Amino acid sequence: MATEELIPVIQFCTIHQVEITFIESLRENGLIQFVTREQVNYIQQEEIGRLEKMLRLHYELDINPAGIETIFHLLQRMENMQEKITAMKNRLRIYEDK
Amino acid sequence: MDFVDYYKILGIEKSASADDVKKAYRKLARKFHPDLNPNDAGAKKKFQQINEANEVLSDPEKRKKYDQYGKDWKHAEEFEKAGRQQKQQRQQQHTGGFEEEDFGGDYSDFFESMFGGMGGGGGRRTKTKFRGQDFNAELQLDLRTAATTHQQTLSVNGKNIRITIPAGIENGQTIKIPGHGGPGMNGGPNGDLYITFSIENQTKFKREGSNLYTTVPLDVVTAVLGGEIMVDTFDGKVKLKVNPETQNGTKVKLKGKGFPVYKKEGEHGDLFITYEIKIPTNLSAEEKELFGQLAKLRQHGN
Repeated sequence: MATEELIPVIQFCTIHQVEITFIESLRENGLIQFVTREQVNYIQQEEIGRLEKMLRLHYELDINPAGIETIFHLLQRMENMQEKITAMKNRLRIYEDK
Repeated sequence: MDFVDYYKILGIEKSASADDVKKAYRKLARKFHPDLNPNDAGAKKKFQQINEANEVLSDPEKRKKYDQYGKDWKHAEEFEKAGRQQKQQRQQQHTGGFEEEDFGGDYSDFFESMFGGMGGGGGRRTKTKFRGQDFNAELQLDLRTAATTHQQTLSVNGKNIRITIPAGIENGQTIKIPGHGGPGMNGGPNGDLYITFSIENQTKFKREGSNLYTTVPLDVVTAVLGGEIMVDTFDGKVKLKVNPETQNGTKVKLKGKGFPVYKKEGEHGDLFITYEIKIPTNLSAEEKELFGQLAKLRQHGN
């Protein structure tokens, strides 16, 4: 993986003004993964969007890591259901008159 | 421009304490937060209203001003012309076309006229951005265009990007174009562009995934005696053999004559034809005579 696709956890915390312990607790709960290179922890760029969403849920809505995990799980289920609904709507078009 | 009742938005009395405001805000924010209501424009708008109400009512100075002017806010407007100018500048910078996932920042005209450029002082974390915003867009295609792999040029924030749309894309399907959302800040990555396709079908074919369905009229003589007919498929005509004594509603599968399979170059689904037998009308005397003979023959046969 190219280095430019990795963001040092420290840098992310500085920019967002968040405690590194909070990011650690997200990792402990299996919500994010770090990539370690030469004893420095990094976050993959593609994880940043998810991580920022977790920060919003925590700081704006007072939701703890366990709650965030539950919410992410439910949002995933919602997305799957939404996909099924779209597929079913497309199937129903066959039976609808023009 | 209408008066905005911030107390009503948060569902609290005018006498509510700072703690009541906070509690009401938190409760509503949990319900309407955009992260919990993806792709719900109604919830997003509501969340902006709640944020605006909280920004005014949780700030003693703003709340005092709001309470003081109340419905006579137009007097307050006199003092805030500078604020309006700032808003105009922001509107000119608006991207248009692509909807940004911005959770704050959009204030009502009422707020702008009363508090001008004071917005954003609440210290919300969303103000610190690292990764760029995601953009959402809807692209309309007709079914024939969706059947071909083709390129389209889109204009995003003044930049043209060229995307390849693979044949076989579904109605309602969303594709992600990484890195083509808003720019990242402080060295952060760009957001992504999400394009949802809306596919209009003006053809006589109905589509389910990669299969197509259509009905073909069949005259009664061909249905009884069998024969050959020309049938329209999605990309041309084919000659089809009709079996003798074909019944109304008979289905025929034309393998590989359906819609392209998404991201499987050269693969197609099937076309399902349903025969619809047409009873002849305006029969001549001779035809009626012949049907009469047929009727007698069938009676004898029974």
